[in-house]
Amino acid sequence: MRKIKHGKLAAGCADSCCLKLDGLSVKLEGDSILEDVSFHLHCGEIVALIGPNGAGKSTLFRSILGQMGYQGKITFSPAGGPAIRLSDGAAIGGARPLVGYVPQAPSFDRGDPVSVLDFFTAATARWPVWLPIPRKYRARAAACLERVHGADLLDRPMGGLSGGQLQRVLLALALEPVPHILILDEPLSGVDIEGEHQLLDMLDELRTQYDLSIFLSTHDFATLGQFADKVILLNRRVLKSGPPEEVLSSSEFFETFHLHMGKGGGQ
Amino acid sequence: MTFWYALVDLLPFEWAQSGSMYFMKNALLAVLVITPLFGLLSTMVVHSRMSFFSDALGHSAFTGMAIGALFGFHEPTWAAVVFAILFALLFNLVKRRSALASDTVIGVFSSTAVALGIFLSTLNGRSFTRFNALLVGDILSVEPAKVGVLALILLAVAALWLASFNQLMLSAISPALADSRGVRVFWQETVFSVAIAVVVTLSMTWVGLLVINSLLVLPAASARNVARNMWQYHLFSLLGAVLAGIAGLMTSYHVGGSAGAAITMYLALGFALTFLLRKK
Repeated sequence: MRKIKHGKLAAGCADSCCLKLDGLSVKLEGDSILEDVSFHLHCGEIVALIGPNGAGKSTLFRSILGQMGYQGKITFSPAGGPAIRLSDGAAIGGARPLVGYVPQAPSFDRGDPVSVLDFFTAATARWPVWLPIPRKYRARAAACLERVHGADLLDRPMGGLSGGQLQRVLLALALEPVPHILILDEPLSGVDIEGEHQLLDMLDELRTQYDLSIFLSTHDFATLGQFADKVILLNRRVLKSGPPEEVLSSSEFFETFHLHMGKGGGQ
Repeated sequence: MTFWYALVDLLPFEWAQSGSMYFMKNALLAVLVITPLFGLLSTMVVHSRMSFFSDALGHSAFTGMAIGALFGFHEPTWAAVVFAILFALLFNLVKRRSALASDTVIGVFSSTAVALGIFLSTLNGRSFTRFNALLVGDILSVEPAKVGVLALILLAVAALWLASFNQLMLSAISPALADSRGVRVFWQETVFSVAIAVVVTLSMTWVGLLVINSLLVLPAASARNVARNMWQYHLFSLLGAVLAGIAGLMTSYHVGGSAGAAITMYLALGFALTFLLRKK
């Protein structure tokens, strides 16, 4: 099992960088998707977002990524620095936080002629990947993949990767360039137990190495206690947030997932 | 063209002799321009599962021709190009705004376009048969000026491929990811579908409406059987299209029969072969 949980859980936000969501609401064609969502996310913290399907998890991510209109405020304060409002368009003095994003795993057919190198180069370079890829881009992709111990995957077709390998490739991409905040949408779905351990260890390694805030959604409640510093239970609004053991034993959690008290938190 | 004729004269074929059979030499040049064009577009049509869409575009191109003819344009092709572009734009807009699956939206558009085309072309009791040539296509009737237009389109598509293939591929793989890396997914898709619209409409007269979609599907479908990365995929798709194009034209010259159909049959043969050799 995993040793350290986190470096420091800052009580306030004064001396730590912090992503703040304040009264975030999203409406789509009159339907309310998110209502008054507020929470803070600190550097070096792993925060897990849980909630039933349709709870607004992906919408929340897309709002932080600036892909979606919202009401309320999303700000980022670097350690000790002034707050920067996200999704405001132009970057402010280069201090705008970078958000790395691992989307829900795209589905590749087994026969898709897209190698990991093609995929990586297409996302990070201007070189058209339908031409032979020069050595310099190859070396760069290999170096990025090495961050997730995946340099050997370079020439593999994307469609032939296991769920865990695919997540590692997507993760390597989200880390290029190294972001301030890393968002992962369901990184554990379709990943076997071994791959899951590998992935979680990697996230733990990354947040200490780069002092990243990691924000991920998951349905895997059994492992939450092993890696998450904080769990946010979302169903349109924040129903409960706090340390994993607290959220997983709350009446809100049991009600949301229609579990009966006393049966334990697994699914 | 003089240079091209001089070049072809060097070939050891009976039709390649100096000073004769210009229609065949024009046709060969047209094939050498059209097939790489389709070989390139084909890779993304197959990769982003747009073969049904490109089929529908062919139908709309015919409707555009009917509209152009109705208004008595000397060159109904340009009316068809405009119509096909509008069709592609409207389709993208409706797809984006509606909750329907894209094949349903395509079905709606395709059937509407065909119905409109048939209605307009048979208005006042006119016969449909004058459009038969369009259905089958005739590459031997291609004129040097038309080959020039196609060559410009080939250059434009090659430039598009150099500039935005990466974004296009990323959008097809994961719109959310593409968006997070600054790709404007909607515009990428729109520009690509407009490119298909223009290419399909302009080459329809030579290739034939009934087989044109096969040129957008078969080269890449065959390449996919054996390619392991994007470079191989493009190489095989381009080579396959050009080889089938030349072979089809030669066959059609020697035994008669539509060149477009002959090219398609060579492409189908290529698919069968690559299927047998397919990667495991």
